[in-house]
Amino acid sequence: MEPKVIINEQRCKSCGLCISICPKKVLRISDKINSRGYHPAELFDNENCISCGFCYLICPDKAIVEVRRPEPVKQGG
Amino acid sequence: MKLIYKAPDTMTEKDTTYCPGCPHGIAHRLISESLEEMNLVKKTVIVWPVGCSVFGYYFIGTDAVEAAHGRACAMATGIKRVHPESFVMTYQGDGDLASIGIAETVHAAARGEKITTIFINNGNYGMTGGQMAPTTLIGQVTTTTPYGRKPEANGFPMHVPEMLATLDGPAYVARAALDSPQHIIQAKKFIQKAFSAQAKRLGFSIVELVSTCPTNWKMTPVESMERARKEVLPVFPIGEFRVIKGVE
Ligand SMILES: Cc1ncc(C[n+]2csc(CCOP(=O)(O)OP(=O)(O)O)c2C)c(N)n1
Ligand code: SF4
Ligand code: SF4
Repeated sequence: MEPKVIINEQRCKSCGLCISICPKKVLRISDKINSRGYHPAELFDNENCISCGFCYLICPDKAIVEVRRPEPVKQGG
Repeated sequence: MKLIYKAPDTMTEKDTTYCPGCPHGIAHRLISESLEEMNLVKKTVIVWPVGCSVFGYYFIGTDAVEAAHGRACAMATGIKRVHPESFVMTYQGDGDLASIGIAETVHAAARGEKITTIFINNGNYGMTGGQMAPTTLIGQVTTTTPYGRKPEANGFPMHVPEMLATLDGPAYVARAALDSPQHIIQAKKFIQKAFSAQAKRLGFSIVELVSTCPTNWKMTPVESMERARKEVLPVFPIGEFRVIKGVE
């Protein structure tokens, strides 16, 4: 599945606010290092993300660029 | 996939100079989103302060000027009077607005200047290393109150919106907070009401945003948000203190 949360790793300052606020605990600090020396946040469990957008709302650095929700699958027919 | 949120283009791609987890960036995003949604970007002039947000014009891509310390409301008054068709706002910290710039702010509000002020309350002077501000809490340790703020020596915290709400000039006076997603959604609503007050030429409008300063509070960003919630919000409560008819 496409990622529900798009993260700009270059802009992330590793503040941890999105990780603390995520109700499903599907974000974490990654082992990667960006050009400014920060370990950016990553979405490690896309499946369980509920697209609530809390991470977007709390992010001070425009590092959470987009939050998307899968279109509901049509039932029956 | 349905797009739920998309970061606003008006907040530029330039990396901010703010410390990790500093809510100045959240305030910038809310302002950028609101200007875009209300179709104000092209006619906006932001008057930036002295303080950590002194380089704000790099981070929000509207027309801008930089005011001397505390003089943002005076400068904004001049710009708005000469260019009444433009949308003029100031962005100020608590040292800038409530210490050195309190006279300019109170008089702009009393005159009912048709400008909007976004006021960041982080409880200290961030840029210069965490000195006491008018908003510093009783007992709070800062570099100039090393044993905690004491009323006998240092006076009491200043509640700017409550004070300005006693005047007849302001159309909209409120305080919101940036400590949680719920409060951030509410803060955006308050900012949009303040913008609408100016767009409808109803008078002065101001929103104080309870913020944090992880670096000078010597806390992690997450601990700072908790402190704002547990210690600052009881003293500086969220609310709308003056809303005149027509503001929406
Ligand atoms: C006339 C003048 N006096 C003092 C200073 C030093 N100074 C720079 S920033 C600042 C305080 C800023 O604090 P605040 O407005 O709370 O903003 P913050 O940095 O916390 O965002 C001071 C006193 C100055 N630049 N100009
Ligand atoms: S959208 Fe919600 S559930 Fe998904 S990562 Fe962000 S905060 Fe967590
Ligand atoms: S010193 Fe404080 S207010 Fe200034 S950028 Fe750092 S955390 Fe933000």
